[in-house]
Amino acid sequence: MIRTDEHHSCKGTPMCHSDQKQLQSNSMKNGYHKKEKVQKNGKGDGFHQPRVRGEDSFEEAPMYVAVLTYMGYGIVILFGYFRDFLRAVGFEKCHQAQEREEQKDFVPLYQDFENFYKRNLYTRVRDNWNRPICSLPGPVFDVMERVSDDYNWTFRLTGRTIENVINMGSYNYLGFAENNVDFLKTVAEETRQYGVGVCSTRQELGNLSTHEKLERLVAEFLGVESAMAFGMGFATNSMNIPALVGKGCLILSDELNHTSLILGARLSGATIRVFKHNNMQSLEKMLKDAICSGQPRTHRAWKKILIMVEGIYSMEGSLVRLPEILALKKKYKAYLYLDEAHSIGAVGPTGRGVTEYFGVDPNEVDVLMGTFTKSFGAAGGYIAGKKELVDYLRSHSHSAVYATAMSPPVVEQIIRAIKCIMGVDGTTEGQRRVRQLAENTRYLRSRLKEMGFIIYGNQDSPVVPLLLYLPGKVGAFSRAMLKRKIGVVVVGFPATPITEARARFCVSAAHTREMLDKVLQSLDELGDDIKLKFSRHRSSYRPELYDETDFELDS
Amino acid sequence: MASGQQWVLVEMVQAFYEAPAYHLILEGILILWIIRLLFSKTYKLQERSDLTEKEKEELIEEWQPEPLVPPVSKDHPSLNYDVVTGPPSHKIIVNGKECINFASFNFLGLLDSERVKLKALSSLKKYGVGTCGPRGFYGTFDVHLELEERLAKFMGTEEAIIYSYGFATIASAIPAYSKRGDIIFVDEAACFSIQKGLQASRSFIKYFKHNDMEDLERLLKEQEIEDQKNPRKAKVIRRFIVVEGLYINTADLCPLPQLVKLKYRYKVRIFLEESMSFGVLGEHGRGVTEHFGVNIDDIDLISANMENALASIGGFCCGRSFVIDHQRLSGQGYCFSASLPPMLAAAAIEALNIMEEDPGLFRVLRDKCKHVHKALQGTPGLKVIGEPLAPALHLQLENSSGSRTDDLKLLRAIVDYSLDRQIALTLARYLDKEERFLPPPSIRVVVTVEQTQDEIQTAAQCIREAALKILK
Repeated sequence: MIRTDEHHSCKGTPMCHSDQKQLQSNSMKNGYHKKEKVQKNGKGDGFHQPRVRGEDSFEEAPMYVAVLTYMGYGIVILFGYFRDFLRAVGFEKCHQAQEREEQKDFVPLYQDFENFYKRNLYTRVRDNWNRPICSLPGPVFDVMERVSDDYNWTFRLTGRTIENVINMGSYNYLGFAENNVDFLKTVAEETRQYGVGVCSTRQELGNLSTHEKLERLVAEFLGVESAMAFGMGFATNSMNIPALVGKGCLILSDELNHTSLILGARLSGATIRVFKHNNMQSLEKMLKDAICSGQPRTHRAWKKILIMVEGIYSMEGSLVRLPEILALKKKYKAYLYLDEAHSIGAVGPTGRGVTEYFGVDPNEVDVLMGTFTKSFGAAGGYIAGKKELVDYLRSHSHSAVYATAMSPPVVEQIIRAIKCIMGVDGTTEGQRRVRQLAENTRYLRSRLKEMGFIIYGNQDSPVVPLLLYLPGKVGAFSRAMLKRKIGVVVVGFPATPITEARARFCVSAAHTREMLDKVLQSLDELGDDIKLKFSRHRSSYRPELYDETDFELDS
Repeated sequence: MASGQQWVLVEMVQAFYEAPAYHLILEGILILWIIRLLFSKTYKLQERSDLTEKEKEELIEEWQPEPLVPPVSKDHPSLNYDVVTGPPSHKIIVNGKECINFASFNFLGLLDSERVKLKALSSLKKYGVGTCGPRGFYGTFDVHLELEERLAKFMGTEEAIIYSYGFATIASAIPAYSKRGDIIFVDEAACFSIQKGLQASRSFIKYFKHNDMEDLERLLKEQEIEDQKNPRKAKVIRRFIVVEGLYINTADLCPLPQLVKLKYRYKVRIFLEESMSFGVLGEHGRGVTEHFGVNIDDIDLISANMENALASIGGFCCGRSFVIDHQRLSGQGYCFSASLPPMLAAAAIEALNIMEEDPGLFRVLRDKCKHVHKALQGTPGLKVIGEPLAPALHLQLENSSGSRTDDLKLLRAIVDYSLDRQIALTLARYLDKEERFLPPPSIRVVVTVEQTQDEIQTAAQCIREAALKILK
């Protein structure tokens, strides 16, 4: 029932042989095989010890839950049609913004279904998204109270705030979303000197020395030759992938990749094939087929093959199988594009992302991409790797030529955060945070499992999805949590498969044990109230994973 | 007859008894064979000769991919950026030399404004830097709501929506509405972010000649004829005209009043990109609609970035709620990206305050634009591209040497000559292979309100000298 058996089923394929042992040792309990693995990966010196990779778990829900979920959608859709009928006959007032009179005879701007979904399903629960806040997005925040007088068609701010709501939604993994004056001193200075804008592109006159300083620092932090920074994380993917691949190239993309990667791949004009999430068999088969049969119709050989994966998948909380992918990539001479949006800073003994987590040399990954929005509490993204790669991007990236350069204060915030993590600011604060995050993550995850919730992903991933399944529970869960002063993120169709609506918690190093305990207690109560404890693998043991000592050993 | 038939039957049975065993077996096999032929596919769709494992391995062994990126030569013209130390405001330090800035799109000089900086600082104190989330997931701050409200009010529209990156604004807005099968009519001079939006939408793209309304009408008429052939299909094909208010590549205005006429005649929606004209044109800086006195509601969507006149970061779209609200679920750059850092939004609000308080700024800018346009006329070997009221002009070679690389080198020499004499200019940069219609090489000359008469004269003089020296 747990979807992790891909490990063992890849027997027989030539690549897997060498890794088979490693995989098996991986799946053994912590620490047991550590020694043997260190010897095996002897070339990884200079990097931290390879860590035993936890399992990604994807427990399936009982059948009745799936049936109920479909029924839930069925009921809402039926009601939707009924109410549309009432609106059509004028019995119910339609609150939606309408087309201008002058343009009523134009071709309708929206398709009917799209509108139907929004009108009849989304609107009913839309108070759970876009909740405005009026404070720092730290471990706690202040939510502005909104009420709706017309069943969520419009909202009215009451002017009151719900203070000190525990923030389980922001990607503030290392707690760098902070407003401590001492920490932000350099950022404030930069603002005073530069202002906020740049008013030019990098290739014209927007290349500030501070940008170059940041890029050197990022490269040093990641342990690669060179790096380039961009103003928006989303655009880092969508505007640079087209510079790397084009017609006649093949992109193999994980099915759960982020929209920005998909957009970038589409804009590039390359052929895109999608492999099953984290499924090495599926990937290897595609690689083999691609090389053997070449491009469709012409059978000409592919110019290059680019594998696109993410470090941590933001909706599943799973970690990429990096060592296996690297082995495949080498065997089939493909290139690897690794998007570390959620993993940089958030995993690895010193916060250097999944490469460090798995103890592999970051130089083995061809393109390292990441964002500054999450762990670094700023904005933007980077691409790092060999000097040739970055030089090529400097001259061919869409972003460098057409988009305004990064805001200097934002750049300074990233520099400050990276320096803190690297410890070059002379403190151990950064490392403390990295450790704290790992500890909080394991604590929250193991407690949730213990309570009987179905949670997805890797035990070390700070993205913790908790499955809700039924559409009715999505809104109820989020509202009930806000009532308990806990801000959570819930997502349903179309962001997830239709039967897998979920809540997502993002653990932060800034969360205290008290906060997590309060969240857990509320979840425990709520889980019983609205029946969310679907797991049939309720683990009764309390593993010592979150003991302090365990973490000292690990790092 | 009946008896004859019976006889045959009897004989057949008899023959069956008498036949030797091998014969029966043979017959049996034949019958099975026929059945097999009947039930199996008699032909193969494709001649399949499956590769053996060994052959596959050989193929894999033999395949050599191209390098991930082709090597870039060290002196590639766009590899070595000019380095700016210190703020890129009116006085800018380029490669260690202090110059007067004629290159940054800081039209209203707001980059330097103390008020804007103070507002950003106080926001920094309260909110820190990042938002750590997209708008949907606790990335909506009170500052964002305020900025959207203010922008809508400033432009006189029902609603506005902000993006965290100027480039992503129109590039996300277009595919939010126009899908596969829809038709977009677009000006050939449209900027790169529009081109990316068109590409992402996967719609049919029809280019019309730059600012040529007859050409556009020809395309619209063609489509009308096409529609009459298949009226049912025509009922679901959305159509859009995408134009820029003030073109960044050609520095001229779109003929908005004619476009609006065409819009109603052919029932096409207009998307207008105003990054260059917002905060520049019109009595109050509201852009081309104000400049031409066009009712803003006649334009379906207006987008602009906040990185030029507003001197912050990000972009926005505005229009009627019916149109704009859709992007809150369908604008990819809006939904899937972290929201704008609050301090940048706060800075944009303060910049809007300044623009609202002092509409005189726009008059000053207009005068300066005219002045610069006039001063640059008659530069030997160079022609000025753009309207007198455009704040970002292009200087192109009158006589091209025939090779783009050589032209760029000549222009770069003029830029370097000016840099040495404390006038900061820049080449307009493009991705040669990516542009749909690559504009000719040019030097960008940007006008800001901070440039004095003297500085403008000096700059014009300097460019003239450089042109005389380098082009002859």
